[in-house]
Amino acid sequence: MRSTLAIMGKELRILFTSPIAYVVAAMFVLISGYLFYSIVLFASSQSMQIMRVQGALPQINLNDLVFRPTFHNMAVILMLTLPLITMRLLAEEKKIKTIELLLTSPVPLTAIVMGKYLAALVVFTLMLALTAYMPLLMWYYGSIQWMPILTGYLGIWLLGGVFIAVGLLASSLTENQIIASFISFGAVLILWLIGWVSQAAADTSWGSFLTYLSIGEHTENFIRGMIDTEDLVYQATLIIVGLFITHRVLESQRWK
Amino acid sequence: MINVQNLTKRYGDLTAIEDVTFNVEKGEILAFLGPNGAGKTTTMRILTCFMPATGGTATVAGYDIFEHPEEVKKRIGYLPETPPLYTELTVTEYLGFVSRIKGIERKDRAPALTRVLERCALTDVRHRLIGNLSRGYRQRVGLAQALIHNPEVLILDEPTTGLDPKQIIEMRQVIKELAGQHTVILSTHILPEATAVCQRVVIIHKGRIVAVDTPDTLSAQLRRSEKVRLTLRTPSPETADALKTVPGVVSIFQEPSADGQVFMVECELGRDIRTELAAQAVRRGWGLIELAAVRLSLEDVFLQLTQEESKPDETKEEVMKGETS
Repeated sequence: MRSTLAIMGKELRILFTSPIAYVVAAMFVLISGYLFYSIVLFASSQSMQIMRVQGALPQINLNDLVFRPTFHNMAVILMLTLPLITMRLLAEEKKIKTIELLLTSPVPLTAIVMGKYLAALVVFTLMLALTAYMPLLMWYYGSIQWMPILTGYLGIWLLGGVFIAVGLLASSLTENQIIASFISFGAVLILWLIGWVSQAAADTSWGSFLTYLSIGEHTENFIRGMIDTEDLVYQATLIIVGLFITHRVLESQRWK
Repeated sequence: MINVQNLTKRYGDLTAIEDVTFNVEKGEILAFLGPNGAGKTTTMRILTCFMPATGGTATVAGYDIFEHPEEVKKRIGYLPETPPLYTELTVTEYLGFVSRIKGIERKDRAPALTRVLERCALTDVRHRLIGNLSRGYRQRVGLAQALIHNPEVLILDEPTTGLDPKQIIEMRQVIKELAGQHTVILSTHILPEATAVCQRVVIIHKGRIVAVDTPDTLSAQLRRSEKVRLTLRTPSPETADALKTVPGVVSIFQEPSADGQVFMVECELGRDIRTELAAQAVRRGWGLIELAAVRLSLEDVFLQLTQEESKPDETKEEVMKGETS
């Protein structure tokens, strides 16, 4: 536990002394903010139209109209940005040979993997916290329900957790950061695209199997405001499997 | 302190080290000498539990490296060939991190840090980013990292490569001071370094140990004949012939020098002909300037050993070529 915290601390220090964390977080906030702004514009023009037709203030659901598309956008932006946070985690250690220090210290491999994972998770959580102005604005100027927004954030947070586990695994496979980021981006995209394939093969047992595998499907319920244990189990399984394979990869690399 | 038995490591078909066996006593400095690619780094990586061996065993401070790697790791300080440094951290931040993963208790961390900063002369640069330090300082931070938990055993992989001559001398001085309290294994391909710093030398070539001994005995053992270097200012034309008549002389080789003429006199092993040579030179008025026994340097020993090893291989290859053609 102590060594996990030591590794996490070191990782965070490097992430925040180098520009990576700031650049990635800034891009994430900028792009998600711009998309949020255009969604809000669209929502207000729509409500204007409804008002003109009905001649009265319409009962519009801001949660549905604004936050569902915003969470979807966040998911896609995270798919592109989180690999940039995770790519260096292990690849860099191998490249500059600091992995020799870690592996010859009395630190279990699990602590190395967990320390790195938690560090990236902390950065991601801070990134996500920066978007809190969105619901706060909507709450101040309009009326929103908080619970679906909180479950939506939980869903996105778990999704990011999966992306980070996949990214960490990709980073353990190579000592080249660009390759690591590309592998993790590809793997995450595949997890996402399975959903589209499953729609084409809908109503067959194969189709429902693919639907189960698709990560988008398991995030959707959270965004709608539901917490389903099935989804929790799915996300947790992906994270644990990702971390476990990372551990095995690091172990097997010692034997080469 | 360190006991290595029949250690073997294979990468697929390639054998990196084979049947490596040696011992290191407590407080001793042992040099691992060999050309590049001889298997020095591989042996060190196995001893530090960085990678497992294919065969054989080793114990460090009484713990088996396969059965109790955690215990071994606690007792070893390791400086790899490339110092494992995070360029984004300052020296203090980096050493603080190392002290945490080496399992030093919180209350002991600050004194440990002060101690290594002083010992490695890093106090002045302790708040600077490692990325901005020169090669010499980085190497010292690497050494500080290996020393911070005050390990019983220190394993240093080519600690002086890439340093300038002054830094090399400083680094050797630091390593020498470590003897006694720490058991040190260091690898090098620079021979004078082994002679300057170490009590014992292991010569490794193509993954096998070819010799283990003190630098002095090694050169004595491998000496096939005694050589004397004789410099004369005014030799006569028949000097060479006269020298040959001295009992015990085997051959003579001469070359001109700034002071006159240099004669390399080779004689039978175990025979000291220096007094006889001096007497002759004075009696015949050759103008004796210098008379010295030539020691076989470790460099010669090294070349001899590594070349002897490769000779049988060459003949084998030739035989094989002959068979196929």
